[in-house]
Amino acid sequence: MLGQMKITNSRTKPFSSRLTLLLLLLVVLLGGCQRSEPLPLRLTNISGHMPDLDFKLTDDQGKAVTGADYRGKVVLLYFGYTHCPDVCPLTLAQLHVVMQRLGPLADDVRILFVSVDPSRDTPKVLHAYVHAFDSHAIGLTGTAGATEALSKRYRSAFTREPASADGNYEVSHSSAIYVFDRNGKARVLATPSASHDDLVHDLHLLLDHGVSQ
Amino acid sequence: MKSPTLPLLLAGLLMCSGTHATDAAHVYASHAWIRVLPGNLPAGAYVTLKNDGDQPVALKTASSPAYASVMLHHSSTKGGMSKMTMVKSLAIPAHGKVILAPAGYHLMLMQAKATVNPGDTVEVTLKFDDGSTLSTDFRARPANALNDGETSGSPAH
Repeated sequence: MLGQMKITNSRTKPFSSRLTLLLLLLVVLLGGCQRSEPLPLRLTNISGHMPDLDFKLTDDQGKAVTGADYRGKVVLLYFGYTHCPDVCPLTLAQLHVVMQRLGPLADDVRILFVSVDPSRDTPKVLHAYVHAFDSHAIGLTGTAGATEALSKRYRSAFTREPASADGNYEVSHSSAIYVFDRNGKARVLATPSASHDDLVHDLHLLLDHGVSQ
Repeated sequence: MKSPTLPLLLAGLLMCSGTHATDAAHVYASHAWIRVLPGNLPAGAYVTLKNDGDQPVALKTASSPAYASVMLHHSSTKGGMSKMTMVKSLAIPAHGKVILAPAGYHLMLMQAKATVNPGDTVEVTLKFDDGSTLSTDFRARPANALNDGETSGSPAH
């Protein structure tokens, strides 16, 4: 299974849940700006286990961008490549359904599709590709070093098979979807098979949480 | 029997009938669709194949007049890694079926000869190990489609 991180759910004894409620109340009373209470996320909670969203890449308009450019948005980060006819499009199509279910709230979410095949995935190719799925999707590419650095940062492996005679080659890549909150903090690790309900639920939580202007 | 007119006669028969002796007699295709991607990117094609015969039959290759090449692939996810592998043969059991669907078996259509748009119909010919063939119309669907557009009762585009 993806990631070995487990959510450590404390046992739900009446006593501890009452205590939790009290503590939560206290936190809220103490001014709401301290948001360290664990969010009741349904998917794998990676809060504190993965580094903040940070990269230097080129977006699908050809513009240099960094992770900081997406602060204020909830970000879904996914590694893939456009010559992947099956799993990558399926994942993006499913994220499109999730976006539709968020309705207008989706405007505060960005799907960042990072190419692990930067030699073929130019900004122009990526632009047409991601927009065929969802208007909130952005394609990111860069030097092989820069995209590799980002995938390593999230321990997201990929390998490129040697090119065949016709110049085609296959890439195997991590299927994980990393979700970051509006402050660029890594929060959730999802797989393409995650239920739409769970993704929508967790995105609602993250959208409600930590609005930064 | 070596009449020189025989090949001509056969060719004529092939041209006017549209079907020929090697049509797969026991294999039926349904839910055939293609996920069309922009530009000249390879497209995934999906279909459900049902074998009514008493013998298993295996899908070996496929071709389409609309694409330069078609390959049979399988996607798998293991240990969080997605991978595509080539498939040489996909068996359809006697009185059984196989489903080519996203994240599993699929046909990869490469180098469209002309732009294929959602709503178009594309013919794909499937070839089986017994030498038979099956030509099926695949419905071209938008990139963000999740199925053939009829499976879940959603309206066709």
